[in-house]
Amino acid sequence: MQSPPRPTIDVTHSGTRTEISVAGDLDVAALPRVDRALAEVPADRPARADLSEVARLDTAGAFALLRLRARLEAAGQGLEIAGADARMQAVLETVERSMPEKVDAVPARRSLKDRVEGVGRAVADAGQMSLELLNMFGMILARLGRVIVRPGELRVTALVHHAEAVGFQAVPIVALMSFLIGIVLAFQGAVQLRQFGAEVFVVDLLGISILRELGVLLTSIIVAGRTASSFTAAIGSMKMREEIDAMRTLGLDPAAMLFLPRVLALLLMLPILALIADAAGLIGGAIMAWAVLDISPPMFATRLVEGTDVANLIIGIGKAPVFALIIGVVGCHAGMRVRGNAESLGRQTSASVVTAIFAVIVADAVFSVLLAEVGV
Amino acid sequence: MSGAGTETPVITVEGLVTRFGPQVVHDGLDLEVHRGEILGVVGGSGTGKSVLLRTIVGLNRPAEGRIEVLGTPVPAQTEADRERLEGRIGVMFQDGALFSSLTVRENVEVPLRRIAGLDRARRADLADLKISMAGLPWDAGGKYPSELSGGMRKRAGLARALALDPEIVFLDEPTAGLDPIGAAAFDRLIHGLSRSLGLTVFLVTHDLDTLHAVCDRVAVLAEKRVLVSGTMADMDRVDHPWVRDYFHGPRARAARAQAGGDEG
Repeated sequence: MQSPPRPTIDVTHSGTRTEISVAGDLDVAALPRVDRALAEVPADRPARADLSEVARLDTAGAFALLRLRARLEAAGQGLEIAGADARMQAVLETVERSMPEKVDAVPARRSLKDRVEGVGRAVADAGQMSLELLNMFGMILARLGRVIVRPGELRVTALVHHAEAVGFQAVPIVALMSFLIGIVLAFQGAVQLRQFGAEVFVVDLLGISILRELGVLLTSIIVAGRTASSFTAAIGSMKMREEIDAMRTLGLDPAAMLFLPRVLALLLMLPILALIADAAGLIGGAIMAWAVLDISPPMFATRLVEGTDVANLIIGIGKAPVFALIIGVVGCHAGMRVRGNAESLGRQTSASVVTAIFAVIVADAVFSVLLAEVGV
Repeated sequence: MSGAGTETPVITVEGLVTRFGPQVVHDGLDLEVHRGEILGVVGGSGTGKSVLLRTIVGLNRPAEGRIEVLGTPVPAQTEADRERLEGRIGVMFQDGALFSSLTVRENVEVPLRRIAGLDRARRADLADLKISMAGLPWDAGGKYPSELSGGMRKRAGLARALALDPEIVFLDEPTAGLDPIGAAAFDRLIHGLSRSLGLTVFLVTHDLDTLHAVCDRVAVLAEKRVLVSGTMADMDRVDHPWVRDYFHGPRARAARAQAGGDEG
């Protein structure tokens, strides 16, 4: 197959008129060349374009010719298009009918006012979102209360299913992560404490930091990443396919059917996961302490029991239900914010993870301050 | 190229077999599409109309058979074959398949970016022309697909399919999900563009009104092949239960009465 003939455009000036004779394919591939050639046509006299040698005229070529005509007409001249066969005439007419109106739509530049407005909207949206989260939290608490009064309404199958997905399946990743954090902490602690000959305090360091803070916090972060996103995706895709609306019309309560089993499963499983993380972290720390500092496991255990207040463990695990509620509420709420398209599903899923992790860390900071105030 | 070549098929499908795992969708399907015609492909749900479209444009690999589009084998065997077809076919997917992160104008500009030496302003102008040709209002260009109605998304998809002035356009259910007025307008748009631009149109549809209003020829997919093809008048003479039910059911009669009324 030969390459399409390149168009040749001859512009000649015969006295008072410009003659443009075109040959070859006047199509979209040739548009840049055609445009350059036609730009040289002066607007101070009428012109005539002869298309009798044109093999193919497409809408882009017709567009170029009609633009030239518009330019000449604007200057009080005209363009006569000659030699077009019926087919080219049809193309020219179609394009002429569709010529975009010369509306000089200036692309709206973002002014300072727009930016201020944007900030304002973002703040208002954030306020709105906090209210919605509170609303969701209240709704889930109300359903929880109802289920406590009438346990028969709890969907046990769903609860067990979610408990497995949220808790049991997260055990390997949570345990491994915590084990590794224990190793890192013990090693770094050992390096620093050895300078003072206080190697044995590595046990206290591990005990307090893992039991009180890191075990539950890191577990919550991992669970937020795993579970908040999956809640949002599951509920969001149901929202997208109007399943939630269908449930409402069938007299089913989405909060009781969808949110409660999920949040309850988190509420039950997150403390257990945190406990597993604590144990794995301490085991990792103990192994490292044994390897680097020659602190034998029995010695580690004794020191841990003597040196670390059990309050640390209670505080750590006690935070877990709060974090669980945060993750569950944020995940379900983001799912309900999904609108009709897949794009918003993706956006809400990633937003739910970010929000959940952020909220968990804020809550942890609040805990630290409050507990420091009461001196525990 | 005009008129003279009505006899040379621009799309040839011979002995096409398509399989998904154990499920055979097409078994020995033959089809020809001629230059400048509007071919409507009909068939019951699950007869592989959209699969056929996807296979012809090279999105599905056929298990057996030969497909030629504009004299080039599909799927393209060589890079040269692939390049030869680029820009000469356009596809409008069912819901427009617009890139959601781009505005309508930017969507239409995407195929135009391949044209070397076309500056931005001119590209935008050309995109606006296509948007206007597809019957969208002038301010639709700056909108994002999520801000458009289903009918407007289809029009925007058509504008993108037409961006490079293809010789063949493939339309997947162009009027599905449109209200009758919007569907009729879309029919007129397709018919008008096809006639004035000399487009060959391969149209998958369920819409009997569309078949009556715009199609030169109809191909019926059933029993894993093209059962019959011909004009709407030919369909009346076909003695096959499905074809009879399809073209003579109550909806078909209404569509026919409508089409007859329009002409009269």
